This record gives sequence, structure tokens and C-alpha cells, in this order.
Amino acid sequence: MAETAAKPKPKAKPMPHEGVFEPWNDPNAKPLIEFRNVTKRYGDFTAIDDLTLNIYEKEFFALLGPSGCGKTTMMRMLAGFESITQGRILLAGRDIGDVPPNKRSVNMMFQSYALFPHLSVWENIAFGLRRETKDAARITERVEEMLRLTRLEKFARRKPHQISGGQRQRVALARSLAKAPKLLLLDEPLGALDKKLREETQFELMDIQEKTGTTFVIVTHDQEEAMTVASRVAVMDEGRLVQVATPPVIYEAPNSIYVADFIGDVSLIQGKASARPETPVPAPPVSPTEDPAAKAAPAAMPEVPVASAAPLPDGRAPAPNVMGEWLHDKVLFPILGRRPPTPKALSAPDKAPAVPEPAPAPPESGTPESPPELPGGGLAIHWADGLDPLVAVNGDPALAGRTVTLAIRPEKVTISRDKPATDNAIEGTVIDIAYLGNISTYHVEIAGGVMVKAQMTNTRRIAKRDITWDDAVWIGFSATAGVVLDA
Amino acid sequence: MRKALVIAVPYLWLLALFLVPFLMVLKISLSDVALSIPPYTPQLDLTGGLAAIGEFFSQLDLENFVFLTSDDLYIKAYASSLTIAVISTFLTLLIGYPIAYAMARAAPEWRPTLLMLIILPFWTSFLIRVYAWMGILSNTGLLNQFLLWLGVISEPLEILNTNIAVYIGVVYTYLPFMILPIYATLERMDGSLLEAAEDLGCSRLSAFWLVTLPLSKTGIVAGCFLVFIPTLGEFVIPSLLGGSQTLMIGKVLFEEFLNNRDWPVASAVAVILLLILIIPIILFQRNEQRARELDQ
Ligand SMILES: Nc1ncnc2c1ncn2[C@@H]1O[C@H](COP(=O)(O)OP(=O)(O)OP(=O)(O)O)[C@@H](O)[C@H]1O
Ligand SMILES: [Mg+2]
Repeated sequence: MAETAAKPKPKAKPMPHEGVFEPWNDPNAKPLIEFRNVTKRYGDFTAIDDLTLNIYEKEFFALLGPSGCGKTTMMRMLAGFESITQGRILLAGRDIGDVPPNKRSVNMMFQSYALFPHLSVWENIAFGLRRETKDAARITERVEEMLRLTRLEKFARRKPHQISGGQRQRVALARSLAKAPKLLLLDEPLGALDKKLREETQFELMDIQEKTGTTFVIVTHDQEEAMTVASRVAVMDEGRLVQVATPPVIYEAPNSIYVADFIGDVSLIQGKASARPETPVPAPPVSPTEDPAAKAAPAAMPEVPVASAAPLPDGRAPAPNVMGEWLHDKVLFPILGRRPPTPKALSAPDKAPAVPEPAPAPPESGTPESPPELPGGGLAIHWADGLDPLVAVNGDPALAGRTVTLAIRPEKVTISRDKPATDNAIEGTVIDIAYLGNISTYHVEIAGGVMVKAQMTNTRRIAKRDITWDDAVWIGFSATAGVVLDA
Repeated sequence: MRKALVIAVPYLWLLALFLVPFLMVLKISLSDVALSIPPYTPQLDLTGGLAAIGEFFSQLDLENFVFLTSDDLYIKAYASSLTIAVISTFLTLLIGYPIAYAMARAAPEWRPTLLMLIILPFWTSFLIRVYAWMGILSNTGLLNQFLLWLGVISEPLEILNTNIAVYIGVVYTYLPFMILPIYATLERMDGSLLEAAEDLGCSRLSAFWLVTLPLSKTGIVAGCFLVFIPTLGEFVIPSLLGGSQTLMIGKVLFEEFLNNRDWPVASAVAVILLLILIIPIILFQRNEQRARELDQ
């Protein structure tokens, strides 16, 4: 999951105006959809619980949440198939409580597809168009366009039971798109498609959205999909919204353990927080061997953020540090191989040893670089007796004195045989290694039985990798890599 | 081997219970009346060897079928039976569809009860139920008494012994055969299809025309056949509820067999009836087949 989010997005978000598309931050923007304290009960079961939410025109709004949390119910209330127990829903400023479904400029793609079994694929797509126009040429043109878009030309004459599940899903999608509604509700539109087709269709959806300005609300179980297509993501739990934010914020700054845990992969370390002094403190002494390569490395430091920022704009990938440069040759080639190795590998030995420039990590980025001294502030998390507290400079000082959880993404954690020079370094044992093709996830048990996941890019063949089960290893991450959450 | 056996079972069934009796009836229809037991000649005598069998076949002729065309009673009876069967099938559909629709729309916990109520009349004898209608429809029957009491009419209505009584009897008797297959298709229908239709701009009514009705077509066709086929040969209802002017082929058949003891003519009537029934069945199947081929 996690690597998917780190992937560069195939396409920029729709930006109809200059600058960023963020109507939710604009107090003057008028929302297209307003949920006002909406509650939906089935008998005494509350499916939607006092939900308030604004969705703006031209948004691509993704609903994420575990099965049964009320995503489909929200959609059905918007489409008009479910009455509202309490509260109001406004569409373009108008209360749609008693507007019948066929009078709403909303189309829905059903989770069960709901294709008409007695009609051909062609007729299914034409169904909605026939209701609004008698112009056969226009209908034909539009249906053909939809067929092309969803690559169903070959199946136009077939009945729904004569095509595959994925093709059916595309028919359902084409049918809901055909009328080019103001608001399109997609309930798991791409779940049955293979990865490649799914990505292409996501791209198409974003393209359609850009061209038509349609507002999309999409339900998905695929976080990668939500991250890729959505302007904002809402994470739901038991009929409530837990967090509504842009994909990077949801991923980088989840507001609760629930969101952190639900989105992507995360390791949770609990401990007691204490405030750190505001003034910078010296970095923990760089440990073991003094290697010439380690001294030479810092010269390359300023290049690091540039090199890492270009291919990985979110800067979530591990970046080499003093120790890392040394380890690069010795042990940790797999990590460092992830970024273009040439500049550092070649330039490092040429440059004269120099006093490293402090390269403060940008507050949002979580690259486990090791600046020579740590910025002050934030929190120290005492997670295990007798061990150094974990440093989280981005921790909210208000949490000091409380039990907190440090949530950290596996891709921000490095793994090495020797103690790394990162802000935080913890000793542990490899319990499990999950090989995922392009990356491997190491499950490392640290003091107190806590499991931490560390991810590495597989630049080497499996046989060459030298960290294996039951090895004693060090994990490391920077002072900004984690998110401190109230436990 | 096992597959062949599985396929053979329905064919053997058909052979034993349909083809053999049909051939026997066909043979009788080609024979002549005789004052004997059984009342027709020739009789097949297998002990006489090949010569006797040849002799037997030489005596068969189409005389009885020619006779059927010579007397327009039979043609009229066929035509009238067809008319009555078509009209009552249509009436049954008209009444049965809404009932089936309402049942399929009822809350799921009610459906078994409703289904039970539809099947319940079968628990009493068909004959008794038809006699009950005589009690209801006669000049001094319940219906007339009730209408007279209401003051809607001043003279008792003449219903019993007319075609109207026959229609009432047929619709009443065969209604469950219409309701059940339609109910089965409607109940199976995915409710989200109607939502999808509404979502795409249909009103409730047009959603019914464009989605519900086409999807219940198989149930409608099955129900119509289940009503039409037995009604065509029906004889109890027309003899008990119909009048002297009610002409139905089942009644004619009954009279030929039992009153006239003219088995060969009666058999000819039965063979023609069967042919009349087989034609729509074959047409129906061919139509289904074509629809399926078009689907491919
Ligand atoms: N008609 C109904 N009667 C009673 N409970 C219902 C009804 N429809 C939905 N629910 C309940 O409401 C809750 C929310 O259902 P909903 O279909 O919105 O879930 P969802 O988030 O779409 O789940 P999934 O991801 O599995 O599709 C579920 O617990 C479900 O059991
Ligand atoms: Mg759902």
C-alpha cells in the first residue's frame, strides 16, 4: 500500500483557475453538496451519524473506510434512494430531501452495477440518453463515445450476462457517464479491473473530470486509487467522518491512530511524551567506525534534497546520510540504490572533507537525514525503560506528559546491521520479511515486543541480500519522520 | 454412459407417458365405430403374424377426420374453445399480474403467507369449488342475493349457464397458474435495476414499462401457456357453469366418448386438439431459440 502512495501521481489535479484548486479553504466558495448534521438510521442501527460535510464543484472526492461504515448509504442518500432520518442535504444550495431520484442531476454507478439484463450493452448505455432526448444521432454519437472510452466497442451487441465481470463494470461506468451529470457518484467503480486497466481508467476519469467539470464522489477500497484521483479524501468509521483532507495530508499528517492505521502501512510505538527544549541540541554522537568514506560523504549532503526531491516529490524515500554513505558501499546498497546513485558515488571521494552544512529537513518531509544537530522543540517519547527516548521535533508540545503514539511509515524507516546515524535508532530483531517484488518490508521486533516495519527497495536479487530472518539489526528514522498522535 | 442415462430418463418418460398413449389414440381415430368392446374395429391381433398386421393397417383410414370437417359443429367448437381460452388467458393475466406484483413487493416476511394463500384453494377438490360457483352465480345464488340486497339490481342477473360464468370459472381456477410463474420472475428481479432506471431519468411508471415488464416476460409467457393449454381442452367448467350454447371442444369430446360412444370420432377430435396445442408450443420454443441465438 505504502509504496503506492509514494508513487508520482500520473496527472496533476484539475486546476481550473490559477494556483491551487482548494475551494475548501476558500470561505467564499459555495459548496455543491452540503451534508448538514445528516443522520441515517435503519431501525435502531445508526448507519450515518450526525455527518456534516461540504463537497465543492469540480472536486474529486473519495470516501474511504472499512466495509459497512456507511459509504454506500451516503451515496444513496445523495442519489435519492434513501430517506434522511435527520438533518438536510443541499445540492447547489437546494434541499434535495424530497426531490425524486429521476429529478436530480445526479447519476450513480451502483456497487452491484445494476445493468439491465434484457438490454444489450449498447442499449444499457443509451438508456439514460433516451430518457432526455429523441435525437437518435446524438444518442448514437454519445454511446459510441462511451464505448470507445471504456473500450467496449466489441461488446456493444452483447447482453450483460455475456461479458466478463470487469467488462460489466465498465458498462456500468459508461452508463453513468453517458448523461454527463453535474454530480457523479461512483460506488467502487474500478474494483473488478486489473491493475493496468484500473490505472488507465483512473486516468480517464480524471481526464473526464477535467473536461466536463463534473463533480465526482467515489467510494473505493483501494487507497492507492483514492490517493491518485482524489482532490480530497474522507476517511469514515461507523457512520462518522474521521478525517477529511487532501491525500498528502491524510498520508503525512493523519489526525488519529485510526486514520494512520487505515491509510497505508504504519508502525505504532507508544510512549510517554515529554517536551523538548526549544534550542537545538547536539546530535547523538555518530557511532562506530570512522571511515574515510563517512567523512567524505557530508560534502555531498547539500545535493541530497535536490536529488531526492526530483523523482520523489513527496520526499518520503530514505535519503543517505553520513553513515548511509558509508553503509552504501558496505551493507545498505539496496536502500541507497533507490535514488540515482551516480552523483554521490562519484563526487564523494573527489571532494575534500569539509565541515558539513546543517541541512534542516523540511518540516513536512520525512527523509531520515541526519543533520549534525537536531532542531529543538517537539517531543521526546519515552517508549522503553533504559533506552533513549525517541525524538519527534514535529510533535505537538501540548501533548507533553501524555501517553502518545508515534506513527511511522515503513518507507521512512531504514534498516541496517550497524547503528545508523539517524535521529532515532533502535535495536531489534528481524521477525519477518515480506517480499513484494519491487520492495521488501522487514518486520523488526524492538524492545517490549513492539513491531516496527522498515521498507527497502529491492535493487539486488534476493540471494544477495544480507539481512535475513532473526538477524540483529538497527532501525533508524529522522526526528520528523513520524507523526505523534494522542494515544 | 452416465450422461446418456441422464438424457435417456426424460425421453423414456416422454415415450411411456406421451408418445405411446398418443399413438393408441391416433390408431383409434383411424378406426371405425363398432358395436363391440372396445367399440371400434379393427383390433390389432399380434398372434396372427405379419399378414394380420398388414390386414390391420389396410383397414385404417382418415374417414373420421373427413367427418370432422363435414359437420361445422366441430369447427365451431374448436373456434369457440380457442376464443374462450384466449380471452380467459388474457383476463387471468390482467388479474394475476397485479397480484403477483403486489406479492413480490410485499415485505419478505409476508411472502410465504401470501404464497400459501394462493395455493390454498388446491386443498379442496376442484369439482367442489366449481359447484360452489354454481351456488354463487345461480339466479337465487349468493351474488344475486347480495346485489338485490344492495339494491344495485331489481332483477336477478342471468350469469350461470352463460359464457360469463365460464370465464369466471376459468379465471378463478387457473389464476394460481398465472400468478406463480410471474411472481417467481418478479421476486427474483434485482431491485437496484429500478433504482438505476430512476437514476437515469425514468419515472416510476416508465421504469415499470421499460424494466419490470420486459424482465417478467418469461413469467408472463409461462403463465399464459399454463392457463391457455388446459383451458383449451377444459370440459368440467363449461359443462357445469356454461349453458347449452357454450360450445367447447372438451365438452364435445366428452359427449362423443361417453354419450355417443363414438371413440374413433372422439379420438380424431382429441388428435386435432393436440395438434392445435402443439403448434403454439413449437412456435413458442422456436421463438425462444431465436432470441437466444440473437443474443450470442
Ligand atoms: N436497508 C438496510 N437495512 C438495515 N441496515 C442497513 C441497510 N442498508 C445498509 N445497512 C447497514 O448500514 C451500514 C452501512 O452500509 P453501507 O452499505 O453504507 O456500507 P459501505 O460502507 O458501503 O460498505 P462496503 O464497503 O462493504 O460497501 C452497514 O452496517 C449495513 O449493514
Ligand atoms: Mg458499499
